Amino acid sequence: MAFFLETLFGGLMAGMLYSLVALGFVLIFKASGVFNFAQGAMVLFAALAMARFSEWLPQWFGFESLLLANVLAFALAALLMFALAWLIEALVLRHLVNQEGATLLMATLGIAYFIDGLGQTIFGSDIYQINIGMPKDPIFVLEGTFEGGLLLNQEDLFAAGIAAVLVAALSLFFQKTSTGRALRAVADDHQAAQSIGIPLNRIWVIVWCVAGIVALVAGMIWGSKLGVQFSLSTVALRALPVIILGGLTSVPGAIVGGLIIGVGEKLSEVYLGPYVGGGIEIWFAYVLALVFLLFRPQGLFGEKIIDRV
Amino acid sequence: MIYRENGQFKTSYREDQQIFPIAQDRWFILALVAFAFVGVPLLADEYFFRAILIPFLILSLAAIGVNILVGYCGQISLGSGAFMAVGAYMAYNAFIRVEGMPLIAALIIGGLCATIVGIIFGIPSLRVKGLYLAVATLAAQFFCDWAFLRIGWFTNNNPSGSVSVSNLSVLGWTIDTPMEKYLFCLTFVVVFALLAKNLVRSAIGREWMAIRDMDVAAAVIGIRPVYAKLSAFAVSSFIIGVAGALWGFVHLGSWEPAAFSIDRSFQLLFMVIIGGLGSIMGSFFGAAFIVLLPIFLNQFLPWLGGLFGIAISTATVSHTEHMIFGALIVWFLIVEPHGLAKLWSIGKQKLRIWPFPH
Amino acid sequence: MKPRSALLAAAAASALLSSALLGNAAYAQAKEQFFPVLVYRTGAFAPNGVPWANGFVDYLKLTNARGGINGVKIVWEECETGYATDRGVECYERLKGKNGGATMFQPLSTGITFALTEKAPVDKIPLITAGYGRSESQDGGVFKWNFPLAGTYWVAADVLIQHIGKKEGGLANLKGKKIALVYHDSPFGKEPIPLLQERAAMHGFQLSLLPVTSPGVEQKSTWLQIRQQRPDYILLWGWGVMNSTALKEAQAVGYPREKMYGVWWAGAEPDVKDVGMGAKGYNAITMQHGAEPNAPFIKEILEKVHGKGQGTGPKEEVGSVLYVRGAMSAMLAVEGVRAAQERFGKGKVMTGEQVRWGLENLNLTQAKLDALGFKGVMRPISTSCQDHMGAAWARIHTWDGTKWQFTSDWYQADEQIIKPMVRAAADKYAAEKKIQRRTPQDCQS
Repeated sequence: MAFFLETLFGGLMAGMLYSLVALGFVLIFKASGVFNFAQGAMVLFAALAMARFSEWLPQWFGFESLLLANVLAFALAALLMFALAWLIEALVLRHLVNQEGATLLMATLGIAYFIDGLGQTIFGSDIYQINIGMPKDPIFVLEGTFEGGLLLNQEDLFAAGIAAVLVAALSLFFQKTSTGRALRAVADDHQAAQSIGIPLNRIWVIVWCVAGIVALVAGMIWGSKLGVQFSLSTVALRALPVIILGGLTSVPGAIVGGLIIGVGEKLSEVYLGPYVGGGIEIWFAYVLALVFLLFRPQGLFGEKIIDRV
Repeated sequence: MIYRENGQFKTSYREDQQIFPIAQDRWFILALVAFAFVGVPLLADEYFFRAILIPFLILSLAAIGVNILVGYCGQISLGSGAFMAVGAYMAYNAFIRVEGMPLIAALIIGGLCATIVGIIFGIPSLRVKGLYLAVATLAAQFFCDWAFLRIGWFTNNNPSGSVSVSNLSVLGWTIDTPMEKYLFCLTFVVVFALLAKNLVRSAIGREWMAIRDMDVAAAVIGIRPVYAKLSAFAVSSFIIGVAGALWGFVHLGSWEPAAFSIDRSFQLLFMVIIGGLGSIMGSFFGAAFIVLLPIFLNQFLPWLGGLFGIAISTATVSHTEHMIFGALIVWFLIVEPHGLAKLWSIGKQKLRIWPFPH
Repeated sequence: MKPRSALLAAAAASALLSSALLGNAAYAQAKEQFFPVLVYRTGAFAPNGVPWANGFVDYLKLTNARGGINGVKIVWEECETGYATDRGVECYERLKGKNGGATMFQPLSTGITFALTEKAPVDKIPLITAGYGRSESQDGGVFKWNFPLAGTYWVAADVLIQHIGKKEGGLANLKGKKIALVYHDSPFGKEPIPLLQERAAMHGFQLSLLPVTSPGVEQKSTWLQIRQQRPDYILLWGWGVMNSTALKEAQAVGYPREKMYGVWWAGAEPDVKDVGMGAKGYNAITMQHGAEPNAPFIKEILEKVHGKGQGTGPKEEVGSVLYVRGAMSAMLAVEGVRAAQERFGKGKVMTGEQVRWGLENLNLTQAKLDALGFKGVMRPISTSCQDHMGAAWARIHTWDGTKWQFTSDWYQADEQIIKPMVRAAADKYAAEKKIQRRTPQDCQS
């Protein structure tokens, strides 16, 4: 029983981490209808920026404090992501208004390749560290109820907390601010939004900026966990079942989907895996999402797809 | 002036329904095929065959398969790597386990097994649409990745899990030299391209296109979505399976599941989107773009650096390659969102009225 | 010009240009020995591939600085494979005929090795796979052109079990113990399994197999299972990010790192650097050498290559584990050419076939190794027609938080167990490919 709970918690934590990455996809799809293939590359780029800046800034300005280095590095990396968002909108999206989904998907792929090459050129292709002071050792809880206690990963708990704060902030942003409302309007119907005077270009820049910040936070957390190197962009593949299960247009869907996928993955690997030799968690996540899709083809919280004939 | 249809009258339905109704087109294609069969073997060297032509041909065959599913039937699929893997491994098993199995039969069996797997993983398309389907087909990709690593039967219980084939021969002709391999692949590609082109012009092709354009309306006028979608998956997977078998047998010779990983799936999808969705010719253009451009950049950039006296490291070349590749994709899409095939047909349109634009 | 017309014009121009560029280099009379260098400086495995490549190229520069191979200078060309099989094949095809012909290929990737094993015999170019590749390619009677010099994965697995047995006070004490193999789910990771199963049957320990799907970025479920099974020892068979992730997860789950033993591709600085003190106590097997900052040849490289500003990578990297492995791989290739020159003409450029003979008759005595600057780093390697590996020595080193330190004596793999397995696997390969085992006459040639 204790081990089952540990696996469950582990799954929930892993799921929150996937949701962090999934949020970026959802934000951009929600506001501009583009499936941002470059999200993984953006996570890597943001993480590289933060890792390298936190290393370079103390050298350039000659201070020692880790906290200051991290804060400044975060701010600089965020600025870099804003610049990237602005460039993407100006150079790519503006020229591809109203194109089909496949074309936009392909364009984001081109952007992904470009960001990959750019990131490695500017920042290098070694493994870099992000040290934000996350505790690496486990803690044991409920030692009274279960013998030896339940093992909890502190780093994952902090990451889950940060993800929750981020989601809350995003929800507030979308519901309460006028920019958030404008974003939702654009997500609903580009032309209608444009006709009431919402500047599409600026909205897209804002959306990509917000997605960039989300990518930065995701990159920071994953980078702190794994070290910042090329494979970080493959985390996006683990997040895809999350978005299709939750719905491509729903922020709470990304969270709920993440939790379901995380738990499903871990439970399947630990309890079903040994019977078939192991290594099943990746395809199990996709199959799980597929099964949900068969009942709700637009994801749990996604908008119903309406086809007009 | 040269490319005009003046004086070309069609006097029978057969003439009217040709794949290439304009005589100049027919001559051009015949010349191209003749050059491919006769001229290229005389002119090309081993590197060209092995590293450029054979991968290009096999991947364009796979791209034709993907185009049928994605471009003609509108079902975005990211499981093509898995279908290639199924084709390769089942062809291997047929070749190794059955004594005296002819090579072409083994390849076809690989394709047929890929068909069955394609139909099974195509069933979600009856319920799920669009990008959701794309991600759902990734289930096929990852499942096959896992299956070929874990289930020993597929790899003939080889402890390391990688397989190899050799001694390929057709009707007594051994397929050893690069030129023979090239001709073998070229034959397959020409036959399959012709079959595919005729298939998409036929009733079933029109059903696929109707499903793509508006599947609700198609169902209303009596096209059965189950039959149309699953047949698209079937035909597409068959072609992709044969391409996968060719990739393993002819190009690599010895492979592991990573040769058909998700990167391969993405590569095929991108070939089709860049080349032009819904166009057989577009598959060739897309394959050429994606296969040749990295190799070209790999050789061009150091040469360019050499002109300016800068020695560029392989890492920088690789990164710059990525950046230029990405930038070129974006540029092509901005210039022509419908892909290279559309550019080609626009070129032909302009040529028809050249030199008198009006 | 409108974008579209510009595009068509550019396409035509690039087609012409590319056909001019992609032609092969002229087959000029070779005056230098050409070494193609297949590397991955980008992509998921770059942090491990870069030091290896730098060590390899630096050793080639050192050989030239020492006067070449009996006066013959070495030229080399790097080709980026990104650890992808098809790019490796393309690099092979492009470089095999250049500059008079490639001397040998070292793919540094199991996938590329498998693909090139098919092609190398046809093109008559030897493949050196020092410390990787298929374990059965040790059998030169079947694998004429493959040279897994200095060690294969069965050697590594065998020595690890011997060491663990020694730690337990004797191999008999392994009975009833649990050993888990956390491996990269690929042919590379699956290689040691047959040998481990053989040893498990012999000594009675329980072997548990835990695959990690490539690239191994998320291993929580693997380590949850480890927490459930509580194995006595863990063998880590990973490459790239999988290693550092495994160590971080071990820390997160509280598994003692002292009980973890990695293969020689999981025991280098990139794997432990960013885990730092969290990996303290982690052990790995070494293919004879470890981190060798004080070796004579390292000092020579610093003086003759980096000292003249010609170093391939940063100076801090010189002497690290993977750097030394790259240099060692280069050394084995150079000595193979030198051995070939003994028979076919000193001071002449050697062809691939001649170098193959040289690699098959490599006799690196301790005196020769010491003269090359490898004193205390390597033990003698001596290949023959039937044995393309040449040596089966290994040691264990441990990470103390800042650097690798040797913590064991020299072990030698138990050939009594390995040889029959190698022979059986090689025979199976020969039967499948319908090739005959080499005759004694063929061995003499």
